[in-house]
Order: sequence, then C-alpha cells, then structure tokens
Amino acid sequence: MKAILPVLAVIAAIVVLWYGAAVWMNAAWVRDQAARAGETVSFAQIVPQTLNQERPVLPTPHQVVAELWKGVAGQAVTSKRSLVYHGWITLSATLLGFAIGTGAGILLAIGIVHNRAMDLSVMPWAIASQTIPILAIAPMIIVVLNSVGVTGLVPKAIISAYLSFFPVVVGMVKGLRSPDAMQLDLLRTYGASQGQTFAKLRMPASLPYLFASLKVGVAAALVGAIVGELPTGAVAGLGARLLSGSYYGQTVQIWAALFAAAVLAASLVAIIGLAERLTLRRMGMDR
Amino acid sequence: MTWVLGTMLFWAAAWALNIRLAASGLTRSRAGRLIVPAIFGLTLLGVWEGLVRGLQVPSVILPPPSAIAAKIAASTDLLWVDFLQTFVKGALSGYAIGCLSAILVAVLIDRSAFLKAGLLPVGNFVSALPIVGIAPILVMWFGFDWQSKAAVVVVMVFFPVLVNTVAGLRAAEVMQRDLMATWGASYWQTLWKLRLPAAMPFIFNGLKIATTLALIGAIVAEFFGSPTQGMGFRISTEVGRLGLDMVWAEIAVAALAGSAFYGLIALIERRVTFWHPSQRR
Repeated sequence: MKAILPVLAVIAAIVVLWYGAAVWMNAAWVRDQAARAGETVSFAQIVPQTLNQERPVLPTPHQVVAELWKGVAGQAVTSKRSLVYHGWITLSATLLGFAIGTGAGILLAIGIVHNRAMDLSVMPWAIASQTIPILAIAPMIIVVLNSVGVTGLVPKAIISAYLSFFPVVVGMVKGLRSPDAMQLDLLRTYGASQGQTFAKLRMPASLPYLFASLKVGVAAALVGAIVGELPTGAVAGLGARLLSGSYYGQTVQIWAALFAAAVLAASLVAIIGLAERLTLRRMGMDR
Repeated sequence: MTWVLGTMLFWAAAWALNIRLAASGLTRSRAGRLIVPAIFGLTLLGVWEGLVRGLQVPSVILPPPSAIAAKIAASTDLLWVDFLQTFVKGALSGYAIGCLSAILVAVLIDRSAFLKAGLLPVGNFVSALPIVGIAPILVMWFGFDWQSKAAVVVVMVFFPVLVNTVAGLRAAEVMQRDLMATWGASYWQTLWKLRLPAAMPFIFNGLKIATTLALIGAIVAEFFGSPTQGMGFRISTEVGRLGLDMVWAEIAVAALAGSAFYGLIALIERRVTFWHPSQRR
C-alpha cells in the first residue's frame, strides 16, 4: 500500500495536468468559433466546450478512455474498427519477430562465447549496430519485401526480430560469461565436457541476464512492429491506426491507438517479468 | 556463377584468416582487436557485393555497396542538407533540451522521497512504451518543420535519462555523505561536489541510450510529415520511387552519424568518469 500511494498520487497529478492542458489547448478553437459567431465567451463558458470536442488538439482523458472502451468492447472483435483486431495484428507480428530474434540472438551468443574468432569479429559490430537507428530502415525492408512478393506478417516480423535481436545477443553473452573462474575450474576438475559446462553452469547462470534482455527486446519488438506498419499504406494494425488518425485529423483515435499500444507493451513486459519471477524462484535464484 | 563461387572462396579465406588472427597473440594488442572486426566488416561488404552481382539481384531490391558508395559520392550536398535538417536541427536540439530538462527534474524530485517513489515506477513504465507513436500528435502540434522532430526527441530521451539520473543520485555512499556533513557542506555543495560526480556513470549510461533514441525519433517523426528535406523524408520518398541506392546512402549517413554521436558521448564519459572501475584498462 505504501508503495502504491505515491504512484497513484503522481498519476492523479498527471490526469489533472492533462485536463488543464486540454482546456488550455482546445480553448483556441472555442474562441475562434465564438469570434466567428460574433460573441464573446467567458472562461466558465469555454471550459465545458473544450472537454468534448470532435477533433480536439488534445483529447481529454475521458474521451480517450471512451474511445478505447468503444474500440475494445463496443465492436465485434473481427470488425475493422475494433482495437482488438488491430492490436492482434500488431501483436502477432511482434511475437513472431520476437521469437525469431530471441532464438537467433541466443544461438549467436552461444557461438560468440565458444568461438574466439566469432567473438572478436562479430561482437564489436553487434554493439556498434545498437548505435545505428535501425528503425529508419524499416520502411525500406517492408517495401523491398513487398516487391519480392513477401507480404503480410513476415516483413513486420523481420523488423521486430532485428530490433529484439541485439539486446538478446549482448545480454546473453554477458550472462553466459557470468560464471566466475572458480566455478568453471570446479567443473573442469569434475571432468565436465564443454556441453555439460554449458548445460549445467553457463545456461542457468545466464537466465537472469536473458530475462532482463527479453524485457528490453519485447518492448523493442513492439515498436518495430508498429513502425513497420507505417509505410504499408495504413491497412491494419495499431501503427496503421496511428497513421490514418494523423491523415484524417482524428486525434482521439491516435490517442486511443497509442494507449492500446502502451497497454500491450506493459502487459508483454509484465508477462515476461512474471515468467522471470517464477523461473528464478524455481531455480532458487530469487532475489 | 564465378562471382558466387569467388564470393564463397573469399568468405572462407577471410574467415580462416580471422581464425588465425584470433588464435595468434596479435589480439592482445589494441591494433589486433581493431583489425579482426574490420576484416569481418569488409568480408560482409565483399560478400554482399559478390552475391548481388553473382545472383544478379536487381538494384531496386538490393543495390551493391559499390553503387551505394557511388551514390554517396555523387550526392554529398543533398545528403548534407538532409543531415543538417534531421540530425543537427531535429535530433541534436531535442537531445540537448530533453537531457538537460531530465537531469534538472531528476535533481528536483530527488529532494522528495514521495515524488521519487511515485515518479520512478511511472518513468520506468513510460521508458518501455512505444513512445515513437507520439510522433503524429507532436507533428500535428508543432508543424512539419524541425520543431516537431525536436519535440519527439525530447519526449523520447526524457525518461531514460530521468530514471538513470535519479538512480545515479543515490550512488554516493552514506559514509561519503556523512563526511560532507561533518565538513558542514550545504545541500547544494554536497550535490555539486559529491553526488553529481558520483552520479555521472549512471547519467552517461542514460545519455548513451538517448543518442540512438534521438536519431530514431527524428527520422521516424519525418515519416508523418516534414519539409522537403531530411533523412526520414528522403528515405520515405526514395522508397516510393524505388531509388534504393539513395535510401541506402541515407542509411549509411544515419549509421555513421549515430555511431559518431555515441562515440562522442562515450569519449566525454571517459574524460568525466575516469575514476570509475569500468573505465580502467
């Protein structure tokens, strides 16, 4: 309870600030309308008119929540207006890409740890590639793959995979190297083979690092899937909702899509956090 | 076919050379540690060039590196204009505003345990969110020019830097703070002479994460509307015209700019936090 109270207070403060900002930013439109009608409006008249505009500069929280609710519960799940439908399209690309990226990342990390030549040649590039704005390539990958004939889920998943790949590589290399020399020596005195050392020492020791990078990776994968939806001409998915909202000035729709993406990201990270806690507790590595 | 075979041979030879180099004592020196990844990078470029030529991949799908290099050489002025628009105006100004305000806010909320307990979970939560999604909104508010890009960058870099700075301000040990107290140091003296220097490794961690975010934010924001220059604008229009060599040229510039920016921050970090164990060699 003690931990939740400050968080709630901060969230409440954000909501209050948000309403204030909404009144302030939307007031210009109300004054405009009033000036056109030749009337003057007092502040008390402006406020109620700023809270429920059709196309506000900044939608109020209750408008966003209403739009979210309408998108999630007010539509059939298969409808094109349903946020569940769009969310699922984004989520499936995210998960596919995340699975590919994580699998490839773990394999590469195993290779790097066991092969010195690979370590020296690949690792600097893996680190350097994190400083490169990979997302900028996203539209190109989509268009190129489309022109080859690969459409739908796969191009987005490739971007997601690329983004989640490097955090996993870097984290796993760190994790697989985390057993200290003493523990490695002990296994050598037992006459353990390299495979046994891997399965019984390196792999378990790397799990906390793996989960930490999985959390970063899944968030990155979702961003990749959303950005991957931008250049495809806004067909489906949360990114497409953002884009069509920005084309037609539907601010409430943009905010609702944004919040849907935020909820999706938060629940993905929370699921991995739960898996982390359960696994580490089972292995006796609970903090 | 000869191109493909030659590429395979080239790959095998370069890899064998790298294995030899890695096993030799050369890699204990600084030059050796640079040469192996350099050979690997060149190998990748060579394989790319060879396969594109050997398999006759059309240049609208994947241009060979030589064509990209030629394009870069032929359109330096255009690339420079885009670089100025996106990196200097959009990313750098947003980065400076975002990081400075995040550090200031961190110092302010650090004084209140209640605010810290409330803001940190929220900040952590927000840094995991797909914040690039805010780009269309900010483009709507601030117009198509660089101001909206800088605004996106500010929002993107703010929370990672904030969270790291707040964590860093806790890094000074109780003993050290007690020592400052025995010297009768005021709050601001303690902050300036002990806690901020002690927080520097954390702050720089946040600043380094933010470099990549800044460039991504500036480029992605241009997909939602921009003046007729800028890296994001060029990428999205050239993709539409299938001018893939120009797209790759922009990507090369972005990669270079991103790495140089990161390297610069890392260099400053080494100067500022020379005392930290992670900087020892």
